[in-house]
Amino acid sequence: MVATDVKLAVRDLNISYGGQRALSGVSLDVHEHEIFGIIGPAGSGKTSFLRTLNRMEIHHKDMTVEGSIVFDGRDISRVKNVYALRRHIGVVFPLPVGLPMSIYDNVALAPRLSGIKKKVALDEIVERCLTRAALWDEVKERLDGLGSLLSGGQQQRLTIARALSQEPKLLLLDEFSIAVDPVTTMRIEDVLKELKQELTIILVTNLVQQARRLADRTAFFLNGELIEVGETEAFFTGEVKDQRTLDYLEGRFG
Amino acid sequence: MTYSDGGGGTPGQSLMFAATKLNTRNHRLQWLVRALFGLMTLILIVPVGIILGVLVVRGGPAISLEFLFSFPRDAMTAGGIFPALVGTMWLVAVSLMASVPVGVAAAIYLSEYAADNWLTRVINLAIINLAGVPSIVHALFGFGAFVIFAGFGTSILAASLTLAVMTLPVVIVATRESLQTVPMAFREACWNMGATRWQTIRIVVLPNAISGILTGVILAVSRTAGETAPIMFTGAAFFFPFLPHSVFDQTMAMAMHLFVISTAVPGASDELKYGTALTLITLVLLMNAVSIGFRSYLRGKKKW
Repeated sequence: MVATDVKLAVRDLNISYGGQRALSGVSLDVHEHEIFGIIGPAGSGKTSFLRTLNRMEIHHKDMTVEGSIVFDGRDISRVKNVYALRRHIGVVFPLPVGLPMSIYDNVALAPRLSGIKKKVALDEIVERCLTRAALWDEVKERLDGLGSLLSGGQQQRLTIARALSQEPKLLLLDEFSIAVDPVTTMRIEDVLKELKQELTIILVTNLVQQARRLADRTAFFLNGELIEVGETEAFFTGEVKDQRTLDYLEGRFG
Repeated sequence: MTYSDGGGGTPGQSLMFAATKLNTRNHRLQWLVRALFGLMTLILIVPVGIILGVLVVRGGPAISLEFLFSFPRDAMTAGGIFPALVGTMWLVAVSLMASVPVGVAAAIYLSEYAADNWLTRVINLAIINLAGVPSIVHALFGFGAFVIFAGFGTSILAASLTLAVMTLPVVIVATRESLQTVPMAFREACWNMGATRWQTIRIVVLPNAISGILTGVILAVSRTAGETAPIMFTGAAFFFPFLPHSVFDQTMAMAMHLFVISTAVPGASDELKYGTALTLITLVLLMNAVSIGFRSYLRGKKKW
């Protein structure tokens, strides 16, 4: 393993919803400029983990979080300005959410929120982010069309462009390919491999082959627990510490 | 009732599509339910049709520019309805100015900010109860609170505020329901970008809820223009043959005027009464039509 900087350090993280445990005692490190894969069956706490990184629990009264998450050297639970924290973290959801506004406005929203008003600057950001999300050529003639009326695959790339417009240091992808066709999925995966040069990516996926294609290291979550973290290639060549990981990877489960 | 197969297969195959007893019974029941519900709809429409028909036939001849734009004459047994028409517009306008901002703000708070706790539940219960309070009770409340306690006297202001209190639940409930139709995913996407709650409401929630909010306003307008009791003690005059100059003046109002000439003015012609009723209902329908047109324009722009 190459020595790398720790971008995100999670220690003893517990998440529960109204007393119901969703995640218990998770500790892991995510390194700078890596794609960190998280795999595991439904209900294993993967999405809850991502939500916590963005401090979403403050919008959900019954969600409680314990433990520490250190992002770029700062404990995020102590960050008062969660809005600034969130600008550094881009999120892509399982189902594409094209906001009901124009394609241009979708991508220009985050820069506008952070105070950029000049049309020239916004134009540049919109073009750059849409290009990086492999969507520019398809929509450049109709930037004032509605983002929510694009096809599913296009909306998902729009969501990625929108996340990139925040110039995030950390990009969270939650099963982004669920509503996307295989060709678009491949295009997005190529984009992610390039983005790795500039930022850190956490990729939650229920396609183990996708984790294998993209992730440098992978964590396996099961029933709200982190079973193990390892080099992705090692996982797939059978070098696992826990039999359950192997069972999951090979589809022998339940 | 049985079906012929109509598929044209061999006899053996056609059994596959033959109606069983259960099919036949389901089909009959479905036909019966449809007829019954259709009848209910008809029962609903008939009185509306009759009311409008009678008003148009009997009141139509009374309507003229002169009727609309002149003052009542001869102890209100003749002449026009101009002051009442203007008065009703004042009442509607002033009461909307009070009920819409308060109602929309309260609905936004309840839907977007408030935690689901006992206090919120009590408030919701209060809103439902407020909607059920008889209008005469609102009238007495308005008389006590606005006319006497606040010292507005019997005035457009006192009457409008009374009407506003009465229509507030309508505005709140319609607005809240409309806010809740905006998908949660939109809000989460916006929060995730670092938008505050208010930015999220302004950028994503309100623009997509506006058509539902207008529905509430439309209902409020109809009730405001048509109610008599709440304005009786609070601002509407029996006879006030001047146009109001400010919200502190008394005023005549269409609903009140109709009530007065129908019950308290001997010798008012039927034509006058029907004409007044027709004007009132036309006014309400017109205001509704404008709002409905605006609403469907906004709906047409609906974005998901």
